[in-house]
Amino acid sequence: MQSAADTRRGGFSRVARLLSNNIIIVGIILLTVAVGIMRKNFFSEANFRNLLSNTAIRFIIAVGVSGCLITRGTDLSAGRVAGLSACLSAILLQRLDYVNRFYKGLPELPIVGVLGFVLLICAVIGAVNGAVVAYLKVPPFIATLGMQTLVYGICLVYTGAQPIGSLRADYAGLATGYIGTKMISYPLIIAIVVGMYMWFLYNKMRHGKYMYAIGGNESAAEVAGVNVGKSKVTIYMLAAILYGLCGFLLAAKSGGASVNTAQGYELEAIAGCTIGGVSVNGGVGRISGILIGVLVFELLKIALQFLGVKSEFTYVVQGVVIILAVALDIQKYLNKK
Amino acid sequence: MTENSTPEYRLEMRGVVKTFPGVKALDNAQLKLRPGAVHALVGENGAGKSTLMKCMFGIYKMDAGEIYYDGKPVQITDPLNALKLGIAMVHQELQPIPERSVAENIYVGRYPMKKALGFIPMVDHGKMNGDTAALLKSVSMNFDPKQKLGALSVSQMQSVEIAKAVSADCRVLILDEPTSSLTAHEVESLFKIIRDLKAKGVSIVYISHKMDEILRISDEVTIMRDGQYIGTWPSTELTINTIITRMVGRELTQIYPKRRNLPGETVFEVNGFTSANPRSFKDVSFTLRKGEILGVGGLVGAQRTELMEGIFGIRSHAGGSVFYNGEEIRINRPQDAIRKHIALLTEDRRATGIFGVLSVADNVSVASLDQYLRFRVMLDDKKIAALVRDNINRLSIKTPSNKTLIQSLSGGNQQKVLFSRWLANDPEILILDEPTRGIDVGAKSEIYNIIAELAAQDKSIIMISSEMGELLGMSDRIMVMCGGRLTGIIEGADATQERIMELATQFM
Repeated sequence: MQSAADTRRGGFSRVARLLSNNIIIVGIILLTVAVGIMRKNFFSEANFRNLLSNTAIRFIIAVGVSGCLITRGTDLSAGRVAGLSACLSAILLQRLDYVNRFYKGLPELPIVGVLGFVLLICAVIGAVNGAVVAYLKVPPFIATLGMQTLVYGICLVYTGAQPIGSLRADYAGLATGYIGTKMISYPLIIAIVVGMYMWFLYNKMRHGKYMYAIGGNESAAEVAGVNVGKSKVTIYMLAAILYGLCGFLLAAKSGGASVNTAQGYELEAIAGCTIGGVSVNGGVGRISGILIGVLVFELLKIALQFLGVKSEFTYVVQGVVIILAVALDIQKYLNKK
Repeated sequence: MTENSTPEYRLEMRGVVKTFPGVKALDNAQLKLRPGAVHALVGENGAGKSTLMKCMFGIYKMDAGEIYYDGKPVQITDPLNALKLGIAMVHQELQPIPERSVAENIYVGRYPMKKALGFIPMVDHGKMNGDTAALLKSVSMNFDPKQKLGALSVSQMQSVEIAKAVSADCRVLILDEPTSSLTAHEVESLFKIIRDLKAKGVSIVYISHKMDEILRISDEVTIMRDGQYIGTWPSTELTINTIITRMVGRELTQIYPKRRNLPGETVFEVNGFTSANPRSFKDVSFTLRKGEILGVGGLVGAQRTELMEGIFGIRSHAGGSVFYNGEEIRINRPQDAIRKHIALLTEDRRATGIFGVLSVADNVSVASLDQYLRFRVMLDDKKIAALVRDNINRLSIKTPSNKTLIQSLSGGNQQKVLFSRWLANDPEILILDEPTRGIDVGAKSEIYNIIAELAAQDKSIIMISSEMGELLGMSDRIMVMCGGRLTGIIEGADATQERIMELATQFM
């Protein structure tokens, strides 16, 4: 029989384990609280709104990458695909009266039509990623690193490295629009819908089960009759569609786009995922965890900003956090031995 | 007992405790090794044998307990530490570097060095290859030291691992299931090596499930059960039955169940099946009847696994045909086979069977999700939960819950989960590749019961096995392969160990 003391000790060690497994999250939250106490306007509404909309956009790209990570892959092309999507969306939705329009004679296109077209292009890129990984067996790191450069090149040639601005008001309004309060912006709503859909996909649909199975043990999945190739193509394609959606919103939010839009987002997304418990060893990862991971990573960035750390240095901190997150994840796995 | 160990023992482990999340793998375990003796360590799977050895070799850190070496207390913190003390281990799962040469595999981490031009340190390949050749000769193996390790067979690689341990001048040698992939002939040469080492005063720990081998080679036997030390006895005082009884803590009267059915008409036919790989199976033809258990015998390298994986669509074939209920079927990938109600329980549970990080429920349901779709997209969680619960009860799978990660179950229970994965698909043909490999005696007899029960339900079963007793005790007919070819099919009633061996070595 278990004594009360045993139970208490069990509860305590469970809390201790929970804390040590989420040490980065705990650390960043502590840092945030400290910064909040030190800097008065940290807990302001504007700051909070900023946090929410940044998190929303990065969450979309992170859930995209998560499928690749869970199947022991990765997708380094995420940021560039989002960048291409931002440029394309901006080009097709420029103000009609703007003198330096990219396509001078272009009529006013329906926003939904442009979104659909851009997502289609991204889907094709993602499908190519998936097919190269699944059928040509190129390691995902190399395959998507190649795609990253390739897409960047296309984007450079296409835009001529010129920034695209003067977006139509209805398009730009997508990023600033809200329902009820300013907190509940359109991007936030879109992110919530994406999160709910992806949760459903991961937990309630066959595709999700197969994804976890492939990540858990690819050869066993094959023997069990899972169409591994098709699943991977679907995962990379869906991921790219989400990058596309992210880029579309990003251009609207910043009122324009350039070849450098969404630069480095792939690493932020991977960081958000690993902080949120997506294991690089495959087979493990939850949507709720990714949300927490992305949120915490955004908190870190804002906290650094409030501390007056120069934006150049935030890259250094972010790099350290990413390596740390993966190292801790691997340690968890090693401890199980 | 005195404070320090008596020098009677080369190595002594006392009061060893090791806990993993949720399980106490070792609870006050102990082991005493005499110099120049073979000490067998036996117990069911999950009894803690391998864990105890990993503690001795410094792979795991003990939660509590002491190790005495030559009577002095020592701390073994990592494998390098153990090697320096003279402890070497040949792992159950080999860890070779297939792309490098035999010599490099033996000397990896301690390459003989020389100074070029008197000051540039470089690997002395001449010495390394020479030493390797001499070493291999001393343990009566003759491969070219410069040969790529990957070109050798599994059993030859194992011999290289043993040579590596020998070359380290070890004083304690741990052999974890060394004969699981060896032929009878290779076992003999391994035993010769063991006797030579024994004569040189090496203490040997011999872990095996094969009782006859244990009684032949060992001087003492330590029995473990559920992480605890049961006792140590001289081998001469033990019989197979006494060992098994002490291992499982109960009597095992009848291992193989009585068959309740006779095979019916032919349901499955394979004709002239030939691999795309010229070194693999060639021109194999056989039939399978309803409710039949067809045993498949042969030595390692007979290409039995490859043939079955070829039929199941994991490996490609260049020629031959498969008929199911008189109709030709084409199988190019596992999905095709599954659609025809064929199931394959693979040989290597960990590599191609279980999803370690997923729950028991996910492991059971993964191959039959198509049946549980609502509105074509959504999975019916309730039905899946019911399926899992039924299977856990039906095969008496011991698991804390259906959400438990499968990696924390014992080998026997993992195997039962894999059985239920396939049974959920209602298969008519079950191909079982070494269905009881690496699982303990108690679970084995449960698996035999499941197999016999399936046959009684008119399922047709192909069972690859390297255990003679299993083949003879379970099969209606036994087909034997050698070097990728079918050498004969024997009726169960006429089958003898000698007849099977004769066919299995036909081309050797």
